[in-house]
Amino acid sequence: MRAFAKLFADLDETNKTNEKVRVLKEYFTSVTDHDKIHTLALFTGRKPKRQINATFVRTWAMEMAGIPPWLFEESYQVVGDLGETIALLLPRNTSEQHKSLTEWIGEMNALANMDEAGRKQWLTDAWASMSQQERFVFNKVLTGSFRVGVSQNLIIKALADISGLDAATLTHRIMGNWDPNTFSFSQLMQEQDASDDISRPYPFYLAYAIQETSDQQKTAEEMEESLGDPANWQAEWKWDGIRAQAIYRDGKIFIWTRGEELSTDKFPELHGFLKELPDGTVLDGEAICFSDGTPLPFNVLQTRIGRKNLSKKILEESPMAFIAYDCLEYAGEDIRHLPLSERREKLEELQSKTSFPEIFRLSPVVDFSSWEDLYDLRLLSRENHAEGFMLKRLESTYQTGRKRGDWWKWKVDPLSVDAVLMYAQKGHGRRADLYTDYTFAVWDGDKLVAFAKAYSGLTDKEINQVDYFVKRNTLEKFGPVRTVKPQLVFEIGFEGINKSNRHKSGVALRFPRILRWRTDKKIEEADTIETLKNFLG
Amino acid sequence: MPGKPLLEFNDNGIYCAAGKFYIDPWKPVDDAVITHAHSDHARWGSKNYLAHHLSREVLKYRLGAEINLQTVEYGETVFKNGVQISFHPAGHIIGSAQIRVEYKGEVWVVSGDYKLEDDGVCTPFEPVKCHSFISECTFGMPVYNWKPPLEVHAEINRWWQKNIEEDRASVIVGYSLGKAQRILQHLDMSLGKVYTHGVIENTHEALRRNGIQLNPTTRITPQSNKDEVRKGIILAPPSSVGSPWMRRFYPYDFGYCSGWMALRGAKRRRAADRGFVLSDHADWDGLLQAIDATGCETVYLTHGYTAAFSRYLAEIGYDAHEAHTLYGGDEAVEEDSSTVELVNEEGEVIQPGEGAAEI
Repeated sequence: MRAFAKLFADLDETNKTNEKVRVLKEYFTSVTDHDKIHTLALFTGRKPKRQINATFVRTWAMEMAGIPPWLFEESYQVVGDLGETIALLLPRNTSEQHKSLTEWIGEMNALANMDEAGRKQWLTDAWASMSQQERFVFNKVLTGSFRVGVSQNLIIKALADISGLDAATLTHRIMGNWDPNTFSFSQLMQEQDASDDISRPYPFYLAYAIQETSDQQKTAEEMEESLGDPANWQAEWKWDGIRAQAIYRDGKIFIWTRGEELSTDKFPELHGFLKELPDGTVLDGEAICFSDGTPLPFNVLQTRIGRKNLSKKILEESPMAFIAYDCLEYAGEDIRHLPLSERREKLEELQSKTSFPEIFRLSPVVDFSSWEDLYDLRLLSRENHAEGFMLKRLESTYQTGRKRGDWWKWKVDPLSVDAVLMYAQKGHGRRADLYTDYTFAVWDGDKLVAFAKAYSGLTDKEINQVDYFVKRNTLEKFGPVRTVKPQLVFEIGFEGINKSNRHKSGVALRFPRILRWRTDKKIEEADTIETLKNFLG
Repeated sequence: MPGKPLLEFNDNGIYCAAGKFYIDPWKPVDDAVITHAHSDHARWGSKNYLAHHLSREVLKYRLGAEINLQTVEYGETVFKNGVQISFHPAGHIIGSAQIRVEYKGEVWVVSGDYKLEDDGVCTPFEPVKCHSFISECTFGMPVYNWKPPLEVHAEINRWWQKNIEEDRASVIVGYSLGKAQRILQHLDMSLGKVYTHGVIENTHEALRRNGIQLNPTTRITPQSNKDEVRKGIILAPPSSVGSPWMRRFYPYDFGYCSGWMALRGAKRRRAADRGFVLSDHADWDGLLQAIDATGCETVYLTHGYTAAFSRYLAEIGYDAHEAHTLYGGDEAVEEDSSTVELVNEEGEVIQPGEGAAEI
């Protein structure tokens, strides 16, 4: 644990990529293989199951620190991270520990068979034996909230340097369903892939936005300049569902969503078509709610995804389809190295044989001969239930991760309104102890009605300025939330809008964010609830 | 005691009606008594100033050589309209004082800013008995617990040594009055030379005029040899972070010295390579210990986490109040509470109104 805590601290202590890779390599070459694989699991979001309820963790920490609950909560608001708050509040350690990461994780898993008193004893003993940094990292692992400010790419780079394997191979190998208790580091590092995991997905190929923000619109001429001859490109609508990889191997189906979550059971409607695919097929596409030949708004899917049990009612209200746009494995062969045009042929062939054409759909290729055509079509995205276009070079291979060059997303500009800052709350992580989480309001007659929360879109400097304003213009405090003097106006962008009975404003926005601070506007010039409702169409 | 309290908070600052003077006023007044020379406590424009004699040159440098300034020693007594005033070490920075005010047997103490640890540079904090205590609580949350400062200084020296070995410049950032001298006096001078940003060197010159002995430093000028500078350590103020002035020393590692570095979020926000938790303010235990040592019944909390801290003090039996002042403001950070010193590429201070925006 000491080495792991030090790794975390060392990574925290530098902002330089090369230095981070060096620190990772040093760590990976100095700890046991067990610790290596556990570290890799933690760094790629494979957390051990949480064995102690967070409320107990809090309560025992307060007792040990000797502070009242309200002060613990206030401290948490200041720090913005539970594991760190506890690490800071506990008295200095009275002993030392020498257990490895693997041993600690083993003990955490063994808690499942322990009663409450036993768990409490174990946890308070553990805390008493750790330095502040060890406690912090330990708490993060224990509470299932371990995150690290290192991208997977850097870890892959460090491992690739150590092993001599190439990065794309490693990226693929660490995908999927492995468990650090059974999958070993030597298996991962073998020359030949030693995994027999038939569920393992391929890393998703992700696109960058060609138009970074709505401020920087690309004209047809600029598109021509950046991308060249339109004949080399395939355009598809960008669907507003969930990116998913559907796998059929050895008679078994697996559906992975982009967050590397195995979600097969969430989409029973898709099972039928997957089971009749030829063995060894992997498709990339969009899981999306679909009815009467038309995609349904994202919030229908969102409601469904949030449910633990898929009731009959839910299944009726939100039927699923799969809009396929790529084929990654065909007849058991990885075909990601083939050009898109060839992969598309295989995809079309598979789709033509399905007996579920209403569910297994092809993402239509949009016909266009010039960038002007596409520019005009893009303005009709919302009518087509899409978020804009995906542009893919016909010759492109299926790459690993987010890459520039061959795939681009060209999104439709967001809808927007001018709104007044009404409530503010402190953020977390990098934004701890700063007012960065805002609620915005528009006019309803002579009253302001809150309609959206937004966390992002301001620069660090602007955040500091708004924080300064909030701290000096608070009208009321409700727990961590402050009501601020209505004075600041912001342009709020969003991707879509739906009616909502759960919100006072009567509307729910999709992806609200701050587009810009309208320092030029007075609150009287902010938009009204009618403006918002007009977007409902 | 019926009637007006001896000290009160009004629009101009902390006011003593009986003595007709202010302590650390934030607006120009006739008679200003100054706890220390940081700019949120010592503001421009008052007719008369009274301060500790080690604040003399810095106050003149910051507020103008022409100010009407009287200085005193720690423990020396001054009367204003029959009210007895004396200065007592606050341990915050060189020349910082708690101000004791006595009238008709009633004693109040205004802490200014303070810390309890002996930093080896300024006169250490001494508790002063009083009935009412006006205290800062910049770090008045139990998550703030400072490590022994000598451990932090050892970390700084190790970091400098490592940077030398890896051929990187070391840029160490701290507030120009207080933190910079504290860092400087604990640097291992056998490792190399110490170079200073203009703003810090100006402060050092003022302190040296006041008779303070500081380790030798070299001012960075446009003529400085960059390769030579990169072998030493560079002392820079917070305002220089990310500026072209700092970037020219690349490749460098930049360490930030502040109590705020105790929190990961704050450290990440400042994008420092290294955060050194080094504060000139009392931590949670320090505040509680200092308040206890005064033997006071009533506490007024000025800047920092005033709401939470006064609630806690009330729960443990004090008559505690939040006071609204302009010192750093509510929960504000050190950078807020100091005037933002904007520097140009040569490290010279840009005067406000020269086209630089102020936050």
